[in-house]
Amino acid sequence: MADVFKLKVVTPERVFYEGDAAMVELSTSEGDIGVYANHIPMTAIVAPGVLKIHEGSDVRKAALHAGFIQVLPEEITIMAEVIEWPDEIDVKRAEEARIRAERRLKEHSAESDVLRAKLALKRALTRLSAKQ
Amino acid sequence: MASMRDIKRRRDSIQSTEQITKAMKLVSTVKLQKSKGKAESSKPYFNLMYETISSILRKSGNLDHKYLKPGASEKKAVIAITSNRGLAGGYNNNIVKLVNGELPAKDTLVYAIGRKGRDGLARKGFQIKADYSEVINEPLYRDAADITLELLDGFTRGEIGEIYLAYTAFKNTVTQIPRLIKLLPVEMEAGSEDDTKARALMTYEPDEEEVLNSIVPKYMSSLIYGALLEAVASENGARMTAMDNATSNAEEMIEALSLQYNRARQGAITQELTEIVAGANAIS
Repeated sequence: MADVFKLKVVTPERVFYEGDAAMVELSTSEGDIGVYANHIPMTAIVAPGVLKIHEGSDVRKAALHAGFIQVLPEEITIMAEVIEWPDEIDVKRAEEARIRAERRLKEHSAESDVLRAKLALKRALTRLSAKQ
Repeated sequence: MASMRDIKRRRDSIQSTEQITKAMKLVSTVKLQKSKGKAESSKPYFNLMYETISSILRKSGNLDHKYLKPGASEKKAVIAITSNRGLAGGYNNNIVKLVNGELPAKDTLVYAIGRKGRDGLARKGFQIKADYSEVINEPLYRDAADITLELLDGFTRGEIGEIYLAYTAFKNTVTQIPRLIKLLPVEMEAGSEDDTKARALMTYEPDEEEVLNSIVPKYMSSLIYGALLEAVASENGARMTAMDNATSNAEEMIEALSLQYNRARQGAITQELTEIVAGANAIS
């Protein structure tokens, strides 16, 4: 049995998740990582992606859009600006957002629009993959 | 002496005022409960954010980062959080007084959240740079993030040298403290030795500067968001206290006027009786 650590996910509005986990997987600005207990202390910036929480045999997924993660040997804290459980995600809306964003990217409009469309596309893709 | 009718009219008018203040008190009590809960649920995020920021800064105190030193400009920016509505005792005026006392009017740009503070500061000669008064009705984290982006943009472009935040901290239902804090450049008081040791091994990915670049805006947003929620709770607390006082004052006045009214009534009856008796005596 692997060691467990305390995982805390907080957002500005609420404590999103608090409990013991065996491993978390998430994307950071430097690439995807999986963290077990007794990791060296680390702080990293979160990139939009699916957060996977391994609780023993269970895996819980959430769509994590922005924030940062602080890793201590026995405690991991994720400060999430925006995060959603799969059942809070509206698939139809995310699908529509994806299509709209892709369309906008193909049309090549002003510079700031491209940036916004890219972000919107990333958000939509994160939502969709968390839902699967 | 005032006539019976005048006293009665005055008493009726105070009575209807009392009804209004009583209703307002009840409304703000309910709103207070709600906003207090919201303010409390945002505390964990803010506390953790503060811990992280201060541990990074403590570990690398002499880091040369743009957010850690004052900008080139003399100008200061202040985010003044007040309410859109009055009748809350000294709530709005306290913030105006605090900002006016601490910061020079001609070198300060005001980012107003709340109409009352905006108008009050404009009267004192402050320049209102932006107005986000609608935000205070229903503060969202998104709003705080947007305001942060705009301010950091001004900071990076060298238009603003320092950024302050003025809001009313919610201590408890009867005590609210107006507070002015410095957001940028980030300043931290020294922490305990133990804590420093425990976190000395922390690694930052990709590096400290990148992490600070990303975390400082989040830190500011979380401070502003927390301040917004506390300010809403404070506003309702202040209004509740003010309306409670108004109601008890009205009650006192009604009591005094009732006494006066009854005396005047008795006086009128006595006079009428004396007149009748005198009239009857004159006939017989």
